[in-house]
Amino acid sequence: MSIIDFVKQPWPWYVAGPLIGLTVPTLLLIGNKSFGISSSLRHACAACFPANIPFFKYEWKKEIWNLVFVLGIFIGGFLAMQFLENPNALVVNEKLATYLSNFGITDYSGLVPNQIFNWQNLLSLKGFLMMIVGGFLVGFGTRYGGGCTSGHAIMGLSTLQWPSLVATCCFMLGGYFMANFILPFILAL
Amino acid sequence: MSKNIDKQIHSEQAMCVNQSELQSKWYQNIKYLIVGILFGIVFVKAEIISWFRIQEMFRFQSFHMYGVIGSAVITGIISVWLIKKFNIKTIAGETVVFHDKVFNKGNVYGAIIFGLGWAITGACPGPLFAQIGSGATVIVVTLLSAVFGTWVYGYFKDKLPH
Repeated sequence: MSIIDFVKQPWPWYVAGPLIGLTVPTLLLIGNKSFGISSSLRHACAACFPANIPFFKYEWKKEIWNLVFVLGIFIGGFLAMQFLENPNALVVNEKLATYLSNFGITDYSGLVPNQIFNWQNLLSLKGFLMMIVGGFLVGFGTRYGGGCTSGHAIMGLSTLQWPSLVATCCFMLGGYFMANFILPFILAL
Repeated sequence: MSKNIDKQIHSEQAMCVNQSELQSKWYQNIKYLIVGILFGIVFVKAEIISWFRIQEMFRFQSFHMYGVIGSAVITGIISVWLIKKFNIKTIAGETVVFHDKVFNKGNVYGAIIFGLGWAITGACPGPLFAQIGSGATVIVVTLLSAVFGTWVYGYFKDKLPH
């Protein structure tokens, strides 16, 4: 197996987790920056449509590193898919595969289920709820909650902040509730 | 609500306060671009941005995501401890600054709302960018909707319980 074939396999958690964790000291040491991604959404608001709202009136240009960082994530996603794509379909837990097939989800070629997340579905009720309402909840919730998985779960817990532990438990709880009790109804639409 | 508390909440929620006192030139942002690119590659290769992996996580059908987040946190804790213990400076020679987070009720209500959205879209904000890069172009709409959600929060901020 060549090195490139080796890299193309899905990376196990014990490789990915420490690499993600290392983002914390890397950002701190290269520029004294706290790891956090959802803030980029706030900077986007501040830069594009501050509308005189105090929450968006700050010097967003000083935070431009954060926007550059998420641009990097976008490029990284592109490069990984172009040059390091796993040639095999995603392997998921059999129980999940059986369960999702009830809702017509059988295509595992993409990172999101192509049968739901596509342009044609955008204005169907299911597509609207999953792509537009889902995105809204992510943007509203992260800012109201003061951060997302990176800012709270990774950065916050790394620096032993108890509010971040509370937030992490709360978003795991919200996700558990949605995935098990509400999402089945949305998928059935 | 007194102005002071409001200010405190404001700074608490500015997650990425610029902690560097030094003026930086535009090209210094390239290092963040590189870290972002590497980070995006890990996102895709470890399938963290896969909607399916997120469903497995919330349905307790796979250890993968728990392993990723858990080992990331442990790595982070050790790194931060080392930085504090040996007073490691930034490459520009500054002392690393840590900010304590101040609790407010948004950490509960907002986080629950985010969790609901996370399980639907299979993505927290970071993965949204990587999903678009990986070719799921329609996620641009989800991202714009997330930006709108953030804007709506900003608009109603003072009326929400904190």
